[in-house]
Amino acid sequence: MSVVWTDTQHDIAGTKLHLSRAGSGRPLLILHHDIGTPDRLPFYDALAGSFDVLVPHHPGWGKSERPQWLRSVRDIAAFHAWLLADLGLSNVALVGLGFGGWIAAEMASQAPAAYPSLVLVGAMGIKPPQGDIADQAIVSYLDYPRAGFHDQAAFARVYGDVDTDQLEQWDICREMVFRTAWKPYMYSQTLPHLLGGVRARSLVVWGDDDRHVPISAGEAYAKALRNARLETFAACGHYVEMEKPDELAKLVTSFVNAN
Amino acid sequence: MHLMYFTEQPMAAYDAQEGLKYGATALTFSNKHYDPVAGSRLYNEYLEEYILAEECGADGIMLNEHHNAPFCMQARTNMFGAILAAVTKRVKIVFLGNPLPLSDNPVQLSEELAMIDMISKGRLVSGFVRGGGQEQLANGVNPAYNRERFVEAHDLIQKIWTTPGPFRWEGTHYQHRVVNPWAVPMQKPYPRVWIPGVLSKETVIWTAQQRYPYIALNTSPEATKVIWETYSQAASEVGYTAGPENFGYLIRVHVQDTEEKALQNARQFMWMQGEFTGLAHPVWANPSGYFSPSGRRAFVEFATGRAKNPRGAPTFEDQIASTMIIAGTPAQVIERLKWLIEQTRPGIMGIWANDGTVSKEDRRRCIELLCREVMPAVREHGAKLGLKDPWEANAPVHLRYSTDIPAQKVAAE
Repeated sequence: MSVVWTDTQHDIAGTKLHLSRAGSGRPLLILHHDIGTPDRLPFYDALAGSFDVLVPHHPGWGKSERPQWLRSVRDIAAFHAWLLADLGLSNVALVGLGFGGWIAAEMASQAPAAYPSLVLVGAMGIKPPQGDIADQAIVSYLDYPRAGFHDQAAFARVYGDVDTDQLEQWDICREMVFRTAWKPYMYSQTLPHLLGGVRARSLVVWGDDDRHVPISAGEAYAKALRNARLETFAACGHYVEMEKPDELAKLVTSFVNAN
Repeated sequence: MHLMYFTEQPMAAYDAQEGLKYGATALTFSNKHYDPVAGSRLYNEYLEEYILAEECGADGIMLNEHHNAPFCMQARTNMFGAILAAVTKRVKIVFLGNPLPLSDNPVQLSEELAMIDMISKGRLVSGFVRGGGQEQLANGVNPAYNRERFVEAHDLIQKIWTTPGPFRWEGTHYQHRVVNPWAVPMQKPYPRVWIPGVLSKETVIWTAQQRYPYIALNTSPEATKVIWETYSQAASEVGYTAGPENFGYLIRVHVQDTEEKALQNARQFMWMQGEFTGLAHPVWANPSGYFSPSGRRAFVEFATGRAKNPRGAPTFEDQIASTMIIAGTPAQVIERLKWLIEQTRPGIMGIWANDGTVSKEDRRRCIELLCREVMPAVREHGAKLGLKDPWEANAPVHLRYSTDIPAQKVAAE
C-alpha cells in the first residue's frame, strides 16, 4: 500500500516552514541533510508504516522560506521545537541525518527530558577527534553529494541524471550551510559539553565509508551522550538512509519502539 | 584624465609545470612552490618600478591584493601603500582596493588608511572591493555575507571619517562600543573612494548611488559601455548626471621599442593559462551566496561543466583583435588607446602593463615608454575629448557632498 503524504506550511518565527507528514502512531521527526531532501524517500515511507512521521524542510532549505536573520544551527533547532509545540506534539522521537543530526542534538541538549529517543546518523555538530568534516565549499555541487555515497548506483537511484533544478537547490542548500555553520565549519564547540544532560535513549549510526563526517565524531557522540550506543553499517557512506533505507528503517523502528 | 600604472605583481618564479600538473593555480595550489628568495627579489624590483613610474610621469600607482595564488604577490594593499606613501612624492596611491568583507575590524582598517593618507600628505585614493570568491575562502570569511559586510564596513569607515568620535557602532556584522580612532585622514571630507569591479550589476548600482567612480577591470569595450549605461541610469535616479569623472577603465597594455618585442612580452598576459586569476574551480571564484541569485541557474550549469564559461576562452590573438590587450610601439599603442577612450570615455584609466615573466629590463623599458610617451599623448587626447578626472571635474567625494542636487546641497551645507 502506498503511503499518503500531506504537505502543509506553518508560520514559525515569521517564516513559512514546509512540512511533509504521513503515517500514524508515535510521532517521529526526521531532520534532513545539509543537501536538503527529496520530497519522498523509501526510508520515510518505511517509517510511516509504524510512526506519525514528520519531515520538515529546514528554514531556508527546499520549500521553506529563508529567514534573513537566521545565523546558527541552534536557530534551526528552535524552529523545529516551535513547530512541534504548535502541532501539540510531545514525546517525539528525533531522527537526525547528517547536518540534521546536529540539529537533533541541539534540540535534545536544549530540552534534555523532552525527547524519549534520539537517533543520530552520520551527525555533524561535533569536531571529530580524528579527521575533519569534508569542506563542501571547495568541491562541485555534484562531487559533494556523490562523495557521501559508498555506492554510486545508490546516488543514481535517488538523483538520476541530476537536472538543473536540483543543482540550483544544492547551491541554495550550500548557501544556507554557509549562513548557519560557516565557522567553525559544521560543528559547535559547546555542544559536546551539553550532551551529557540528555535523557533520551540514543542510537548513533554511521556508515563505515562516511567520507563527509569521520566516524570518530560518532564515537565522540556515543561517549558524550549518557545513554547511547554506536552502530555501523558496512559498505555504506554518509547518506545511510538513501543507501540502506530498509535496514536503517528496521533498526530505527525497533530502537524507537523499544523506548 | 588620471592615468595609473598597474601590475598584479606576479610571482613569476614559480614552476608553471607544477600548476598544470596539479590542475589549478589558485587557492589550494600548494605554497611549497613559492620561493621566498625570488619573492624578496621581485618585491624589491616591483617597488623600484613603481618609483620609476612616478619619475616618468604616471599620475597614479594602482594597487590591489590577492591570496593563495601566484598571479598576485601582494597580500595586503596597505603594505605597499604605506611604503609608497613614504618613498614617492607626487603620484596618487590608488587602492583598488581593500577587500572590506575580509576585515573583522574596519575601525583599524580606517586607521591604517588614515595613516597612509597622512604619510603621503593627502595622496590616498581609498578604493574598496568585495574581494573575489577565492579571497573569502583563503581568509575563512563567509561568502554568504560578503555584500552585507562590504556595505556595513563601508558605512562604518565613512562614519569614522566624517563624524567626531567617540561613537558606538552596533551593526549586524560589526559591533564596536568605543569608536574613536585618533588617526583620521588628512583629505577632507575624506579620501576619494573608487570602486573597481568586473560584472556585478548590484555593485555598479551601489557605486552610482554613492557617486563613487566605478573602475571596470579589464572588461571588453562593449561590456564597459553596458556598465556605464547601468551606472548612468542609477545616477540619474539619485539626481545627478554621470560623466567621465565617474568612470574608470583598466586595460592591459604593453609597450616596447619594437612591435615584435611588445607582442612577445604581451603574451605573458596569458601566463596563468589565460585565466588572469589562475586556474581554479568555478565554485572557488563564486562560492554559494557570494554571487547574485539572478545568476544562480547559469552558474550551477557552468560549475558542473554543463555550460561554457560565460567569459569564454579568447585566445591572445582574439584579445589583441578585440582590444582587450594592446601591444606595440608607443605610436601603435597611442593610436589604439585614442580609439578606446573615444569609445568608452573614461576619466580614469589604469594601465596594466607588465605580467608573468617579462624581464626586469623589459618591464622598466615598458614603464619608461608608457609614462613618458604614451600617457602624455593619451592625456592630451582625453583633454580634447573632455575626459576629466574627478579632481579636474571637482567632483564631490560622495553623493552627500553634491552641490548640483538640491536635497544633497542642503545636507552638504
